[in-house]
Amino acid sequence: MRALSASPSPLSALNRGPLAYVLLTAYLLLTSVLLLTNTRTSLGTDILFILFLLGFLLIYRARVAGLYKLALGAIMLLAIVPYFGAQNAYYIELAIQAGIFVALALGLNVVVGFAGLLDLGYVAFFAVGAYLWGIFSTDQAGQFLPGFTPLPAESFYLFLALGLFVGAFFGALLGLPVLRLRGDYLAIVTLGLGEVIRVLAVNLDRPVNITNGSQGIKSVARPPLPEVMRTLLPGLNDPQLYQLLIYLMALLVVGLSVFVVYRLKNSRIGRAWEAIREDETAAIAMGIPLVRMKLLAFAVGASFAGAMGVLFAAKQQFINPPTFDLLRSIGILSMVILGGMGSIPGAILGGMLVTLLDLQILPRIATELGALKRQGVVIPDWFDPAQYQRALFGLLLIIMMIFRPEGILPDQRRSEEMHAGAPARPSGQPDQSN
Amino acid sequence: MAVAQAIPLRVSQRSVRNTLVGVFGPLGQVFLFVVGSAVVLSAIIIVIALLLRGTRTDTDLLTATLVILPQVIVDGLVRGFLFATIALGYTLVYGVLEFINFAHGEIFMVGAFSGAAFGTLLASAGLLPNIPPLLFVIASVAVGMVVSGLLAVIIERVAYRPLRGAPRLVPLISAIGVSLLLQDGVRLIANVTGLGFNARFQTPNFGPPLQLAQIPVTPERNIPLILDVRALIFIVAAVIMLLALNYLVNATKLGTAIRAVAQDRPTASLMGIDVNKIITITFLIGGALGGAAGILFGVRVGTVNPYVGFLPGLKAFTAAVLGGIGNITGAMVGGIVLGFLEAFVASYLSLLTAGALSGASYADIVAFTILILILIFRPSGLLGESVTQKV
Repeated sequence: MRALSASPSPLSALNRGPLAYVLLTAYLLLTSVLLLTNTRTSLGTDILFILFLLGFLLIYRARVAGLYKLALGAIMLLAIVPYFGAQNAYYIELAIQAGIFVALALGLNVVVGFAGLLDLGYVAFFAVGAYLWGIFSTDQAGQFLPGFTPLPAESFYLFLALGLFVGAFFGALLGLPVLRLRGDYLAIVTLGLGEVIRVLAVNLDRPVNITNGSQGIKSVARPPLPEVMRTLLPGLNDPQLYQLLIYLMALLVVGLSVFVVYRLKNSRIGRAWEAIREDETAAIAMGIPLVRMKLLAFAVGASFAGAMGVLFAAKQQFINPPTFDLLRSIGILSMVILGGMGSIPGAILGGMLVTLLDLQILPRIATELGALKRQGVVIPDWFDPAQYQRALFGLLLIIMMIFRPEGILPDQRRSEEMHAGAPARPSGQPDQSN
Repeated sequence: MAVAQAIPLRVSQRSVRNTLVGVFGPLGQVFLFVVGSAVVLSAIIIVIALLLRGTRTDTDLLTATLVILPQVIVDGLVRGFLFATIALGYTLVYGVLEFINFAHGEIFMVGAFSGAAFGTLLASAGLLPNIPPLLFVIASVAVGMVVSGLLAVIIERVAYRPLRGAPRLVPLISAIGVSLLLQDGVRLIANVTGLGFNARFQTPNFGPPLQLAQIPVTPERNIPLILDVRALIFIVAAVIMLLALNYLVNATKLGTAIRAVAQDRPTASLMGIDVNKIITITFLIGGALGGAAGILFGVRVGTVNPYVGFLPGLKAFTAAVLGGIGNITGAMVGGIVLGFLEAFVASYLSLLTAGALSGASYADIVAFTILILILIFRPSGLLGESVTQKV
């Protein structure tokens, strides 16, 4: 933020003194009111929703008192989004998805951004968390543990915590063999391990049925609905309340994640990760326990994914192996890269942006095109933007790497590293010195 | 890291003997590994079958094992050469740039698709049934090599060259992006042109499989030793490509330049070698080999889809690491060993566990397990020399 205000831009005049308060509040009020008066799912509401979410970026960037920012953010997240979501289930579903992916991006950011370990199999830990709750909250566990009855839904909260530990355990387990490897090998090996977990999820229905194979696990239990919510919000029916509950829980987990990640980043551990990322050899020479620190990064990142997996399984109530494929890992990676490796606000922004692009904007364009087609506009059958996620992620990765490797909201230090290796040189004179 | 094993070579006084050793020497090594892998794995599987024989009553495990053994060996050979030809692309680029060209599997896939398009084009012109199969293979391989080679050069120019000198992960992430973009790009093109997601790879009729021999197991039962013509073409073409590459790298001036750039880029540039040109040529060669492998794969398999390059690409990378990445002979050897291992696991795992474990799925796991084990215990690979990390 300091770096931003240092660079003079025409907008920075607006972002100063009382005017900043007025403009920010006016923008948020306007988008909120517009959003709450247009609750029907449509292209217009989509745009409003995105403008509304843009408010968070403005809050982050605005030069207003921290307490005021916090209050605005809290009102938006705890009052407006839930109220709007109660009118339209589609958008709260979107908010939940965004929350889950923001938490995943924050977790991957620890591994990729802080410690500089490119992990392409991150979704494996997400899968572990999801299957943990999926197996033990349904009859599935009875298939290999004779006499086992499904755990009561109340144990969801216990499993949310358990997901953290199981995720961390698997993170350390998978991290252990690969930590001696250099960056690019590590990427490929984690990719392989991620695929191994997915293949195991497909194949572990024989000889002992653990995962129910490619059919997946159905009717995963949801967390019980607190009576308080029913009495406080009598106007809502059960599905709405469940969504609200999951939304609040996702919000809570994201909040906790942000807190933990901020604390970690500025701690001794965070500085150790930074040192490892910049120069491993020098870090060893300074007495940083390399393997322990790398393992810790893997475990912390994986624990986020484990907990989110439990929440995801409870939200979907159905999990199957294709949910946890490589594309999902790469999607999360592109969130981290889009936002800025090593940057916490960046991971949040990237998580929201990519989720919106993937789940809202592309399908919306597809629907609108379909509508146009029905009106007689000639649009070829093959053109379905929602089908081209890979191209989207791919383009995103290439463009970011070439033009802005440090991301949209860069971390200062990381940004310097990205540009340290490639000094400015006159164009047309390719570097041959490397 | 040296591209090939150090062969004493002075450009001015190159002797015929040196050339011959450079071209055929690696092939001898590959042949040794082919025979070695086949013999060792066959012995292991027969011993396992003998040990497990008592536990099964429904079939005679030993006979069942022996009946499919020749076919498994042919399958291993084909898989092995497939991985070897793709792995060459990885290893060439890695040798020169120390960069994992993650999109190489997709370059292979594009080659396969260009062959499918070529075949469809010929078929729609009504020419396909009249073309001799061998001519078709040669022509389509040429098409695939050109398309994939040029594609690799373009990718290098657009997505990798601007990032040279950036931290290692930056070009790798860009390469992942290229890989995803190519998958969907080809899917789009396939849909637009009517090839379809699962494009049929049309070929002339190759005729019935060759029956090489009959091996008697029991007096009343013979094992026919059959070799599919397409498998034979695959193996022969792969061997020719390996020979040509060996000649290029070990016995020509261009090869010397490539090896020089691989060894020390700044010094090579001081010696008057145009480093950028050599890097482009390296991508061209690697891409062309990948494209040829794609065509041969398509001819053998019969259909291709846009995601068909991903797993072979990953496994070929494993093969390159297994043999010692940056080492050309190593890539071939690694491919052969991995191919045999996979073929044996895929064919025998289901048989030996009475169908409890699916061989085809666990073959993938075996490949990745090998990758991890190799990287932990012998990161330099089977043939690579150990390299200390540069600071």
